[in-house]
Amino acid sequence: MLEIKNLHARIAEDGTEIIRGLNLTVNKGEVAAIMGPNGSGKSTLSYILAGREDYEVTEGDILYNGESILEMDPAERAAAGIFLAFQYPMEIPGVATMEFLKVAMNAQRKARGEEPLKVPEFLKLVKEAAASLNMDIAMLKRPLNVGFSGGEKKRAEILQMKLLEPKLCVLDETDSGLDIDALKIVSDGVNALRSPDRAIVVITHYQRLLQHIVPDSVHVLYKGQVIKSGDKSLALDLEANGYAGVIGEAA
Amino acid sequence: MPAVQETIDRVRKIDVDQYKYGFETTIETDKAPKGLSEDIIRFISEKKNEPDWMLEWRLEAYRRWLTLEEPTWARVDYPKIDFQDIHYYAAPKNQSGPKSLDEVDPELLKVYEKLGIPLKEQEILAGVQKEKAPVDGLSDEDASDNVYKSGRVAVDAVFDSVSVVTTFKEELAKAGVIFCSISEAIREHPELVKKYLGSVVPTSDNFYATLNSAVFTDGSFVFVPKGVRCPMELSTYFRINEKNTGQFERTLIIAEEGAYVSYLEGCTAPQRDENQLHAAVVELVALDDAEIKYSTVQNWYPGDAQGKGGIYNFVTKRGDCRGHRSKISWTQVETGSAITWKYPSCILRGDESQGNFYSIAVSNGYQQVDSGTKMIHLGKNTKSRIISKGIAAGFSQNTYRGQVSAHRKATNARNFTNCDSLLIGDQCGAHTVPYMEAKNATAKFEHEATTSKISEDQKFYVMQRGIPEEEAIALIVNGFVKDVIQELPMEFAVEAQKLIGISLEGSVG
Repeated sequence: MLEIKNLHARIAEDGTEIIRGLNLTVNKGEVAAIMGPNGSGKSTLSYILAGREDYEVTEGDILYNGESILEMDPAERAAAGIFLAFQYPMEIPGVATMEFLKVAMNAQRKARGEEPLKVPEFLKLVKEAAASLNMDIAMLKRPLNVGFSGGEKKRAEILQMKLLEPKLCVLDETDSGLDIDALKIVSDGVNALRSPDRAIVVITHYQRLLQHIVPDSVHVLYKGQVIKSGDKSLALDLEANGYAGVIGEAA
Repeated sequence: MPAVQETIDRVRKIDVDQYKYGFETTIETDKAPKGLSEDIIRFISEKKNEPDWMLEWRLEAYRRWLTLEEPTWARVDYPKIDFQDIHYYAAPKNQSGPKSLDEVDPELLKVYEKLGIPLKEQEILAGVQKEKAPVDGLSDEDASDNVYKSGRVAVDAVFDSVSVVTTFKEELAKAGVIFCSISEAIREHPELVKKYLGSVVPTSDNFYATLNSAVFTDGSFVFVPKGVRCPMELSTYFRINEKNTGQFERTLIIAEEGAYVSYLEGCTAPQRDENQLHAAVVELVALDDAEIKYSTVQNWYPGDAQGKGGIYNFVTKRGDCRGHRSKISWTQVETGSAITWKYPSCILRGDESQGNFYSIAVSNGYQQVDSGTKMIHLGKNTKSRIISKGIAAGFSQNTYRGQVSAHRKATNARNFTNCDSLLIGDQCGAHTVPYMEAKNATAKFEHEATTSKISEDQKFYVMQRGIPEEEAIALIVNGFVKDVIQELPMEFAVEAQKLIGISLEGSVG
């Protein structure tokens, strides 16, 4: 589903190279975890997948279902089924969460040539999804992410993910800022989305999240490259011994 | 948010140069020769069959005006205006006085039809059916205050220098409300006009107000007697059509004890290469327990993409909360004009009176906006609230200028000011110039100001959910102005949202 081939990318503004020859393949139905120390390029990778303009791909390619997505803007990628759950979701003052969900869902439907959702249909979907995440519907009347706690923001991200039904989900440090209860709810939400025709990329610092969202594969990112891949036991190994050993091996 | 989609659709249909209301109508006009003199003022006064006292009032203002200098303190820049190169009076022929609808020139009716302004009383303003105009996030209870159940709007249509028709007059008269052109009021209700005209904005007030006092041609007059809640929304629609013509509107609204009225003005002008002057004066008087809501949707021709042409909008608007517990609210959505110089203000004279100013000023292209308000606290326990949202795009300059002052006797005066500016692109500017002055220790003034750029982060986030770029910007901007949009009469809120979208068209680079 996702093939990243020898990807090189830099910050457009100052030319700093962040991704240096990254290779990664994630198949349909797979949950892949990307781990790595601070500054290894994890968040940058998620932004590049979603099409953020601040980064320039200088070499290599990103294939999604066999086709390059490099020429697509973020909205087009989203409509094609790529979803990024942000580490720091943005506040959108004055725009009720509910309203935002509707605009987003209908924009994607429009891009796919589908009719906009009827209001009762939309409300039904939102209510069900919110209930499954233990979210109060009253919260959805508030402006998106404005004044939300860290946990509420992450839950709102997962809610959007559920409603937009993406094919490739990228979760950027979704566990940061979550207490144990919230972590459980969010993880359950993500697990419910596991399906044979969907791939999920989980970016995280810690093994903790991977106890709840058990990955099929684990990849260690360091200095803009995947230096080691393995199964879920790799995550446990990293937790026990730190990154130093893996980095040493690669060097 | 259906308005967002409509905004986008409309934005796509219209080019930056194609101001929707820029058409010109060929109508035979009766014009005064260019220039300004005592003779021209006599000519205007005679055209309007005015009594002698009115002519004298005008002449006195004119003589004073000759001694005044054009103000230069605003952050706007334009070539010197040649006041002798303007026609001070232009009226469609055979339109000497207000008439019934059947008598109005069909060509004129067509103009208003094209502008979407209904003059037939069975019609309601395009897009104002209230079931079609939900403002998201606004619950029914919040809205009920703003909505007239009938959904009908009485309109006074001012074309160049004259009012061509005023609708629903009879029905309003039954409730005791007088709604007519100011020219008619001068003839029919001289006692009221004499009592209130110039009592809020004196003829000596400022350069443009003094000029207006000398040469004003038409505008609306509203009188709501004691205890009456005006049964429908009132509105005036100003249209400048003739070339090289200045429009000098004069509006006077009086709400007696316990009365309530909500009033909306709209305005458009043809697209022309030369600049045209619009210098209006609006005076509001609220007696004890009265409330006046005055809303403006200003859409004068802003000039083309290179900054050529457009209206100079130099306006003095002031409300006098003369009575105790009276309340005046100004709500404005400013999207048009090449230059806007406008500070709708409140004098809080009555004890416990309240003044509000809610403003959205959008500038794009080479527009220059210098707008804001004054809240002058004179009475005890007076309150004022200022919410200003400036949105600058293109090469425009957008300034908020405000003054809040509390008099020595204005104990416990309260003000809350919030000025937010949003920049789109990096060639435009936003400026905030607040003055605050408290002459007694019990006054409490709060001021908040922010300037933000639509951040790349926000735009990226919204687009990542599948919302295309232009729509993403419209969504963020509409969210930014929501506090103010909610203050507009419900019927116009959706229109205003669309207008903001159109004004920002082309700002996404």
